[in-house]
Amino acid sequence: MQVRRLAAWAALPLAVTLGLSACGKSGGSDSGGANPNGVVSIGIAEPKHLIPSNTSETSGSQVLAALFAPLVDFDEANKPYEVAAQEISTTDNKTWTIKLKDGWTFHNGEPVTADSYINAWNYAAYGPNAQDNNYFFDKVEGYKDLNPADAKATPTATTLSGLKKVDDKTFTVTLSAPFSEFKSQLGYTAYYPLPNSAFESATASPLVIAKAYEDAPVGNGPFKIKGTWQHDAQVEVEKYDGFAGTKPSIGGALFKIYQNSDAEYADLQANNLDVVKQIPTAALSTAQGDLGERYQTSPASTLQVLAFPTFDKRFAKAEVRKAISMAIDREEIANKVFQGSQKAAYSFVSPVVAGYRDKTCGAACEFNATEAKKLYDANDGPKSINITYNADGGHQEWVDATCNQLKANLGVECVGTPEAKFADLLTKAKAKKEIGMFRMGWVMDYPSMENYLGPLYSTGGSSNYYGYSNPTFDNLLKEGSAAPTQEEAIKKYQQAEDILAQEMPVLPLRFGQNVFGSSTKVKDVHIDLFNRVDLNKIQIVS
Amino acid sequence: MFRYLVRRFLQMIMVFIATTLIVYSLMYLTGGDPIQALAGEKPVTDLQRAQLTVKYGLDQPFLVRYWNYLTDLLHLDFGTTLTGRPIKDILLDAWPVTMQLALIAILVTIIFGVTAGVIAGIRRGSIFDNATLVLTLIVIGIPSVVLAPLAQYLFTIQWKLFPTTASGDPTWYELVLPGIVLGSLSVATAMRLTRASVSENLRADFVRTARSKGMPGRRVIGIHVLRNSLIPIVTFLGVELGSLMAGAIVTESVFNVPGVGFQLARGLKTEDTPLVIGIVSVLVIVFLVANLIVDLLYAVLDPRIRYE
Repeated sequence: MQVRRLAAWAALPLAVTLGLSACGKSGGSDSGGANPNGVVSIGIAEPKHLIPSNTSETSGSQVLAALFAPLVDFDEANKPYEVAAQEISTTDNKTWTIKLKDGWTFHNGEPVTADSYINAWNYAAYGPNAQDNNYFFDKVEGYKDLNPADAKATPTATTLSGLKKVDDKTFTVTLSAPFSEFKSQLGYTAYYPLPNSAFESATASPLVIAKAYEDAPVGNGPFKIKGTWQHDAQVEVEKYDGFAGTKPSIGGALFKIYQNSDAEYADLQANNLDVVKQIPTAALSTAQGDLGERYQTSPASTLQVLAFPTFDKRFAKAEVRKAISMAIDREEIANKVFQGSQKAAYSFVSPVVAGYRDKTCGAACEFNATEAKKLYDANDGPKSINITYNADGGHQEWVDATCNQLKANLGVECVGTPEAKFADLLTKAKAKKEIGMFRMGWVMDYPSMENYLGPLYSTGGSSNYYGYSNPTFDNLLKEGSAAPTQEEAIKKYQQAEDILAQEMPVLPLRFGQNVFGSSTKVKDVHIDLFNRVDLNKIQIVS
Repeated sequence: MFRYLVRRFLQMIMVFIATTLIVYSLMYLTGGDPIQALAGEKPVTDLQRAQLTVKYGLDQPFLVRYWNYLTDLLHLDFGTTLTGRPIKDILLDAWPVTMQLALIAILVTIIFGVTAGVIAGIRRGSIFDNATLVLTLIVIGIPSVVLAPLAQYLFTIQWKLFPTTASGDPTWYELVLPGIVLGSLSVATAMRLTRASVSENLRADFVRTARSKGMPGRRVIGIHVLRNSLIPIVTFLGVELGSLMAGAIVTESVFNVPGVGFQLARGLKTEDTPLVIGIVSVLVIVFLVANLIVDLLYAVLDPRIRYE
């Protein structure tokens, strides 16, 4: 009450100044209407790009998910099933045959053929195009010829030698090494096809994307673009009648662009916007009360960890790392600092991938202050520790909270050390400077256990900044990638995860959560693994 | 007058070069790694880095880059943002919106601030004077980070009088509330300034003379007092208009108004150096021109002021 009265007082001068100028109708939107033809409005940020090979952030991929249909999508158990593909088969995990469904067309009427995929992928993989999703093709044979080690050299090839057209509806992909998770990888934005009209000339080599394409992307998906991408304002899509797949139950979607998530949330409160994918931090404490059942959460793919550099002798003993882990009360931080927008993590892989098991970390991640102290002292843990983090990502609060817990539970000195940017932190880690423990975050590229293990912990992995190396672990990953079935692959990956639990090169701290809200006009709102609103499920209340 | 203008113009060029150089060097020398900023926390491959470095000319020495930038600017080429959009297009979209918003804000300031100031100045010590004094004190005390969301909550969500946020191509109606919020921040200053100026002039010799000549009170105030009181207010409004053009970063963000402040905030947030520099360069020009116009208006309002 106190606050409300104060607010009323503060508003008074404004009200006085306003005088009689407050007139006119209330600003409502005109959506709603009949069930299957209504338009759903979804808040996004300005996309960086709207080209599949160059879109890696969630706003752009939300729009592209409406305009394109993937080769595979993921079921309830997070296993891939075919959408635009008729069949994806392999005998050795190395050569994959992709057969496309008949009757699929792009929005301009052009049929979707094997070439649509081959061209799009060649464009993405060609180094000089500097596409954000270029690295998704690094497992395809011939990738190195398109991406020479010397960045200034001209590549020796313009097309991937691993991509071969069999007939109009079939093509094969040869990988440079067996990789059982390739099918899961195909669900990502980077693997959408492009029509011939996307290129200046579809026969050119290397291919060049036509300038105008990005303003009105033509895809093979359930929706086609209405008009063009209006920068900083909106992108509107409408049902594509020629879509051969499962048709969505809405008439279209309006992606409204916001720069400030608080403004987005205000529009949701005013019922002008139907879906907010991530409720802003400032509103978290009140959102549940404001929205009631329209406030929802679902697991997201992000994972926050604390990493131990292998070159830092203070943390050389696994017992010391376990003791630190046991001294952290993850639940408390997740609830108090993040207000439930993140969840305590007790495993090394996210619950959004097949093969996830709860509490693989075991006792080492359970909060137990007395055991932690005992273990820490018995193994001569360092008297002072620090946690390095990037100051621009809002990490200070939880790092300080973690440090306070370590101080209280282990009786050590602990400080948070900010670095301006995450890149600065990584540069120091690579140079083996003394940075102590440091924070790391991970967002999956494709829903597979492998994606949480390979890049982060394999020897020389692309994001293995702490220099962890274990030959048994590497071998298990290799065996998993060569496994004949997904079930067997998962078994190998789970064994690999168990090794992490014993050695604790990093401490899993928290999994991300999608905390989203919707208006009274929509129902069946789901956020998928890639933090996108599932446009096939959402419905409009008539 | 002509010589004065030429001198001012030459000064403006110097100021422009100095300010852009400072901004340019600050952004580039302390701005960290723009290519990493583009990729967020994801690793950037060496090849991608090399391609983007060449694309944005980051491999050239600082002064060369600055020189290229200046010469491009003379051709009205603002370059492209880090995501490849021409900055000129962004500015052409954003500027009219901000001008609309600034216009509403300045009207609010004039209508409420100056009018209330005149009344308060004439009836010094009255209830109206004291009441407005308290109100303006309160408004001055509330920063826009509080005022804007509060107004948004009350007038758009609670009472639904105005649209909550502006659309991509905002109508006047959508801009009214943000404009009022923006204007209310300078209403207080304008009012206090007008009040002081009017009450001072009321005691001036020429007013006493006018009154003793038997001139009607309305004429005394309307012609003699008001015109002379306007000089400090015009200065204030001129400078204020300049800063309103600079885009109210907070107000535009809260109401999602795609104006200059909105773009500037995004440029800073995403570390889009070319965008920030492009906007700031134009802002410098706007400020310089606004100041020049204010100075010229002095001479119009006060015949005693002459420029050589």
